[in-house]
Amino acid sequence: MADTPYILEMNGISKSFPGVLALDDVTIKVRPGTVHALMGENGAGKSTLMKCLFGIYTPDKGEILLEDRKVAFADSRQALDHGISMIHQELLPVPHRSVMENLWLGRYPMMGFGPFKLVDHRRMYEDTKKLFAELRMDIDPKKWVRDLSVSKVQSIEIAKAVSYNAKVIIMDEPTSSLTEHEVSHLFEIIRKLRSEGVAIIYISHKMEEILAISDEVSIMRDGRSVGTYHARDLTTDAIIKLMVGRDLTHRFPPRSNVPGDVVMRVENFTSAERNSFQDVSFDLRKGEILGIGGLVGAKRTELVESIFGLRPVQSGTIHIGGKHERIGNPIRAKRLKIALLTEERRATGIIPMLSVKDNMLIANIRKYIRFGLLNEKRGSADAKRSIDLLRVKTPGERTRIRDLSGGNQQKVLFARWLLTEPDILILDEPTRGIDVGAKYEIYTIIADLAQRGKSILMISSEMPELLGLSDRILVMCEGRMTGVLEGKEATQERIMTLATQFM
Amino acid sequence: MSMLNLAKGDHSRRLGDLALKYAIYIVFALLIVMISFKEPTFLSIENFRNILSMSSTRIIIALGVGGILISGGTDLSAGRQVGLAAVVSASMLQQLDYARRMYPDLPQLPLWVPILIAMVVCGILGLLNGLVVAFLRIPPFIATLGTWLAVYGLNSMYFDRPPYGAQPIGGLDDRFIKLGSGYLGSDGTYSIPYIVIIALLIAAFVWVLHNKTRFGKNIYAIGGNAEAAKVSGVNVAWNLVGVYAFAGVLYGLAGCLEAARTGGATNNYGNMYELDAIAAAVVGGVSTSGGIGTVPGILVGVLIFSVLNYGLTFIGMSPYLQLVVKGAIIIAAVAIDIRKYLTKK
Repeated sequence: MADTPYILEMNGISKSFPGVLALDDVTIKVRPGTVHALMGENGAGKSTLMKCLFGIYTPDKGEILLEDRKVAFADSRQALDHGISMIHQELLPVPHRSVMENLWLGRYPMMGFGPFKLVDHRRMYEDTKKLFAELRMDIDPKKWVRDLSVSKVQSIEIAKAVSYNAKVIIMDEPTSSLTEHEVSHLFEIIRKLRSEGVAIIYISHKMEEILAISDEVSIMRDGRSVGTYHARDLTTDAIIKLMVGRDLTHRFPPRSNVPGDVVMRVENFTSAERNSFQDVSFDLRKGEILGIGGLVGAKRTELVESIFGLRPVQSGTIHIGGKHERIGNPIRAKRLKIALLTEERRATGIIPMLSVKDNMLIANIRKYIRFGLLNEKRGSADAKRSIDLLRVKTPGERTRIRDLSGGNQQKVLFARWLLTEPDILILDEPTRGIDVGAKYEIYTIIADLAQRGKSILMISSEMPELLGLSDRILVMCEGRMTGVLEGKEATQERIMTLATQFM
Repeated sequence: MSMLNLAKGDHSRRLGDLALKYAIYIVFALLIVMISFKEPTFLSIENFRNILSMSSTRIIIALGVGGILISGGTDLSAGRQVGLAAVVSASMLQQLDYARRMYPDLPQLPLWVPILIAMVVCGILGLLNGLVVAFLRIPPFIATLGTWLAVYGLNSMYFDRPPYGAQPIGGLDDRFIKLGSGYLGSDGTYSIPYIVIIALLIAAFVWVLHNKTRFGKNIYAIGGNAEAAKVSGVNVAWNLVGVYAFAGVLYGLAGCLEAARTGGATNNYGNMYELDAIAAAVVGGVSTSGGIGTVPGILVGVLIFSVLNYGLTFIGMSPYLQLVVKGAIIIAAVAIDIRKYLTKK
């Protein structure tokens, strides 16, 4: 393997955006038939580098050699034509079109001749069937993409990238929405591609995946190359150390919170929606972190959104502080001092065009109104205080939130809800898409809140996170509660067993 | 027992979904039933022929605007382009012995020449719209707002010239008049106006374009998720240019037919037609945020408005009240239609 010539070399790539040097003399060399992991914190420049390769960005400096020939792609079409395909970090479905039209977008099979060419739907259908059979995927090619689950959409993006028969496939966080089963399926596909000589550039934040699948690992930090290593020589801790440039001995902060009295009791909670959760009961204590584990599709989000009054409930009761409450809508939930940080930060969390300050104050705007007008000074003071408190990295409270990194956006959302002074915080995948360093800071915030007597209900699909933070872990499978584990006795295996109980 | 209930729930749900899916067609049918109930003589072949004739130019315009809406854009200049095409084609198709010819020395041209010229002129205007939207990245609303004004100005300059000044262009060529008001078939009940045939042919063409060609599918993809189209190697900019240019060509044709149908033209022709067309397309299920819409939906959308125009006058409703009813219908129809996309969350 060591002697095989490189199929792809990116030498000395630099790219700057107004005010930021995103890539500074980055070099990466990939051999055919290998999985080359690209690692680094969010903002380290991985995606930017890949976008330079895929023709979305034009590098300012440096050269790209594909099979020893210099290339420079003006757009994605050219990259695809040269045998490079890409699974994009953000899912890019065309929702109101069929699965097969999404798959073959940009290269529909045609029939007819000359200028009278029409799209060959039958061939498109058969090609899709064939591709899915090859990849052992079971999705109806004619179904609308909007009717599919997120994990299915991601599977389609994977199938699409594979179907180009590319020499180099870039996979930018391909597993962010996949179930564990689907991840292992993806790994089978990757191994098969590798054996066929395809080079795969694999970007992920999940260490276990990187160590399991990759041959070589290139690490980036702050827009620069740190180095390329054999995966077998690396450990999770070593990777983290290289990524953040310092030792990260503790992946989780120490916790000293002591759960107290029950603040919320949920009994026999059943959704009014079809195929959703049913008969869920649990207690949440003061100063407790209660994790909710399960696979994607276990209806955990539906459960917490129903508690928060966003979704209809058929039966069941909630007691808050011993009093029976019907929540029904988020305004009521807020009054009961419940806060919810949603899973889809971009879709249902941040308001991108508004400033950090406005994003922080929006859930609590009443507090800043004097004589019918906003009191800007008090708002700014609170925003600044929150920025300091949560250590949000931002030029100022007036910066638009969309210009912040994912981790910092999440901190702003924490600030938004903390300003409402909640007793109960519901966190839905609070560290999704956030880099390692920032994750630790989020964990610190969570631990600190529990310490101060806030009750935390936290959904997480990352086992280490559940195990590292929770006092107790409630596990769900297919809409039903399959058990509650004490934090101390919980293990990945026990959670997995409960999470797959009905499968 | 619970299984049984579930099945029954499924059934009524499916029925509900089905009703939603065809909501617009149901509204259309109800409208006809309601008007006929009030005035049974409404149900006559002649009335329907009139409604179809009235609809034909509007269908062509709405198909143009509809394509642009599907691509995620909009076009406010449609009506003014129609007006320009009407004036241009009429100016070149006046009878040889008509006293006030705009071009006194112009020989009799083959019918298709002025029509083609009008279509090319509007095609170029559409192309410009597309270039501005795709390459200067100006929001379509603003870009076409600009063209809307400019085209009206150009049209008025062309129209208001010595020696006759701003006089309606009349005395149109018999062949042109026949295109606009003639029909296929024997005199009397069973005949189809030429313009209806043309509109239906155009609709069929656009249907094929939208559903069977790469260009059409790209337009849906761009409207649905432009970024996805881009990274899949679709040339977003040129596809957009194409959709605006093609719409221009359709407006050109519609303008000619409008002149032919009414037997004249002024620079005010087509005024506000773009809003009618957008309303019809939207009522017919086209999403203003792009990616959604069908040709049959657009046709029904146009027909709903024609039936309203014709039918409400037929039952003697005050024209002012008609406006209120139409406004309410736009909102109600879209409110129902949008449920399709809201229910499944």
